Amino acid sequence: MPKQNLVIIGAGMASGRALEELLALAPDAYNVTLFNAEPRGNYNRIMLSPVLSGEKTYEDIVTHTAEWYEENGVTCRFGEKIASVDRARKVVISETGEEVPYDKLMFGTGSNPFIIPLPGHDLEGVIAYRDLEDTNTMIALGEKPGAKAVVIGGGLLGLEAAAGLALRGVDVTVVHIMGHLMERQLDEAAGYLLRKALVDKGIKVMCSANSKEILGENGRVKALLLDDGTELPCDLLVMAVGIRPNIALAKEAGLMVGRGIHVDDQMITSDEDILAVGECVEHDGAIFGLVAPLYDQAKVLARTLVGEEAKFVQKELSTKLKVTGCDLFSAGDFAEGEGREDIVLRDPARGVYRRLVIEKGKIVGAVMYGDTADSNWFFGLIKDGEDITEMRETLIFGPAYQGGEPLDPMAAVAALPDDAEICGCNGISKGDIVAAIKAGAHDLGAVRATTKASASCGTCTGLVEQVLGVTLGDDFVIPAAQGMCGCTDLSHEDVRRMIKSQELKSQQAVWQACGWKTVNGCHVCRPAVNYYLLADWPLEYQDDPQSRFVNERNHANIQKDGTYSVVPRMWGGITTPDELRAIADAADKYNVPTVKVTGGQRIDLLGVKKEDLPAMWYDLNQAGLVSGHAYSKGLRTVKTCVGKDHCRFGTQDSTGLGIKLEKLLWGSWTPHKVKLGVSGCPRNCAEATCKDVGIICVDSGFEVSVAGAAGMDVKETELLAKVATEEEAIALTTAFIQIYRENAKYLDRGYKWVAKVGLDWVKAQIVEDLKTRAALVERFEISQSIYRKDPWAEQATPDYREKKWNPIADLTLEAAE
Amino acid sequence: MSWIDIGNIEDIPVRGARVLKTRMGCVAVFRTSEAEVFAVDDTCPHKQGPLSEGIVHGKAVTCPLHNWVFSLETGMAQGADEGSIATYPTMVENGRILISADALQSRVAAE
Repeated sequence: MPKQNLVIIGAGMASGRALEELLALAPDAYNVTLFNAEPRGNYNRIMLSPVLSGEKTYEDIVTHTAEWYEENGVTCRFGEKIASVDRARKVVISETGEEVPYDKLMFGTGSNPFIIPLPGHDLEGVIAYRDLEDTNTMIALGEKPGAKAVVIGGGLLGLEAAAGLALRGVDVTVVHIMGHLMERQLDEAAGYLLRKALVDKGIKVMCSANSKEILGENGRVKALLLDDGTELPCDLLVMAVGIRPNIALAKEAGLMVGRGIHVDDQMITSDEDILAVGECVEHDGAIFGLVAPLYDQAKVLARTLVGEEAKFVQKELSTKLKVTGCDLFSAGDFAEGEGREDIVLRDPARGVYRRLVIEKGKIVGAVMYGDTADSNWFFGLIKDGEDITEMRETLIFGPAYQGGEPLDPMAAVAALPDDAEICGCNGISKGDIVAAIKAGAHDLGAVRATTKASASCGTCTGLVEQVLGVTLGDDFVIPAAQGMCGCTDLSHEDVRRMIKSQELKSQQAVWQACGWKTVNGCHVCRPAVNYYLLADWPLEYQDDPQSRFVNERNHANIQKDGTYSVVPRMWGGITTPDELRAIADAADKYNVPTVKVTGGQRIDLLGVKKEDLPAMWYDLNQAGLVSGHAYSKGLRTVKTCVGKDHCRFGTQDSTGLGIKLEKLLWGSWTPHKVKLGVSGCPRNCAEATCKDVGIICVDSGFEVSVAGAAGMDVKETELLAKVATEEEAIALTTAFIQIYRENAKYLDRGYKWVAKVGLDWVKAQIVEDLKTRAALVERFEISQSIYRKDPWAEQATPDYREKKWNPIADLTLEAAE
Repeated sequence: MSWIDIGNIEDIPVRGARVLKTRMGCVAVFRTSEAEVFAVDDTCPHKQGPLSEGIVHGKAVTCPLHNWVFSLETGMAQGADEGSIATYPTMVENGRILISADALQSRVAAE
């Protein structure tokens, strides 16, 4: 049978998924031609928020690459718009007048953002939040110092736009016409908590606010005027008030349309050779904006195209907000009504709010804020219409309290039906994952690769692992690495997020808020938590020596025989005869058996007895030497070459720059040790290109590169940026160290961390975004006002010696005999 | 049983330790977050790490050299490691730490 021609209009998420399903079912059934008005293929539109906030790049969210289309024999006509459809002749006609015949035609035209026709809505700088162009416009705004934005619309989209803009350093005001945020998904109380969380993030929120006019100047937006006379100045106005199905072409072609293109259960329009899928359709009176039903439709449509029976059924939907630190969940119907009862749980101290709406012994709606861990379970009860009368008393506390015994999480996953959605970003159901596992995907990576589940935002990773566990039984061990340690199941990243978003400022607060399973942690988590707290709250948190590894507590490296090594700082590798004499004297006086030059251009005095440390430090301090922090997860050395003063190839004052950097950065604690190198020319005598930060001075300026290593792994640095002045090189270095301090997992070296977040993200933050760079430098300085100090000087005092370094008692001469 | 007064509980940092020098080497005296005091051998049986320099958590200490964890109550190594350290009875009275003289004595005798 000759191949039929399938023409697809629109390369969005729904049409992309339909195409995938079709190719999986019958790769050779059709010649496919894909038209798209946007000059690109399919990307994951719901991941635009992480792109805006900087957690992802555009490349991360592309779902189908050019190669993918080519491999699958799809003819792509990107950037070409279809002008009309001639149903009688079964051809589509492009804007250039070209005609392409079809046997089957598929509409995936999606929707258009709704622009309120306020006066001034056509000014430059008024945008919707819909596609990559809009996202890029918002990202660009973040680079403008002091930029202001107004977002009209306090729904899902508007808040994600506002949160992303705020993260980019933009001063944002959200203007919402209703009395509380996300009124379609949340009740007032949850809306209040959400508002509070956003305000804490520096976003201004105005509810019950009526926009009257957009004011402009020279054709560009200048401010939003509210009907009470308030004027909100802005450089950008984002209108995120909703979307409307894009039906113009279908309507013009004479298809039956209402709010969307009418389709039946098989996704067929009023013309039996024309199908439609996604946001452009209207099915049984409903239109669609969330991803799950779109993917269901895509599946049905593909089956219809190959002549298989399938039927699209609308299901209950749930919503989550992709804003870091705002955990909220909403599903079902929570309006008050006759015969409806509420169960409400409030825990203001934890910022937790849960509300269940019960009708005739069943949950019909659920709103959760602050703690959404049980949301899947509640959602399951809603979807299945389960009778909850028996567990009503403890229902609000979640599955762990049912039946008196904590529920085995595996049992909960085992009980999920096959169509339960596991990965919201990619619309992957439990059944899809189980099928992939049975086909051989036996670990998380393989499941990600074959189904895309957990490959986008990653919040469902735990669930996917549980599905693996349930399906494979004993053959699968859920990786223990994901929790910090045995004291908590939370990952390092989760704990850092909690510390920031909930403003946890003490170890006790972390243990409490994160549900630590031990009284006061262990040797794995305590140093990490101590670090996170002092990095995030340098002014408020009091460093805890008892949560530090012995080296840091004693400010010297412990050796295998229990002695210590002492390394004084030599700024940028420069020393003086006086300093050398003091070091030699100390070596004599304290019987140092080994004196060694380290790899970082310093002198190591090895084999010092613990009780001698404070006295030795005192002597070294007297000669002007301070602790080299050779023992710390902090700034170690700045290695230099001799630079232009002596070297015939040297450019710039590379040694001077090394000294400046070391004096600026010393004493700062970091997730792991940090080493720098500054070379005066590309001959690179300071070996700068295998350091955490390496600077190569050249005639025209400074090449700043990062993420190198010469330890367990050997890795060359990658270029961050080339800058003209020493000031910029210093600011970039400081900003890089601070962004690493604020984001990396404890004990991840810089190169490991950069590999996780991507160098592009780092560049976007500190090379392109001058405002963010300046803010990072400022926060580093604030921290340094506390931590740029010499621990030797502090501990060499008599009082300290008595309390810390001497034995509590000496019984060698008495008693025990 | 006779007791020796070795100092004030405030002399030891919370979740920290100080050493007690004896003729037969050092004893590590720990103070937990619950204001309990424990005394054990200062030396890890694995590679002689100084346990008084370890991180104290719950009623356990982690050796600073290779992360062996010992119960301060029983002296037994926790988890997969095997071995134990001697423990010495202590009590706290009016803020003073008292350690069993008999136990210290028998330590001398045993070695």
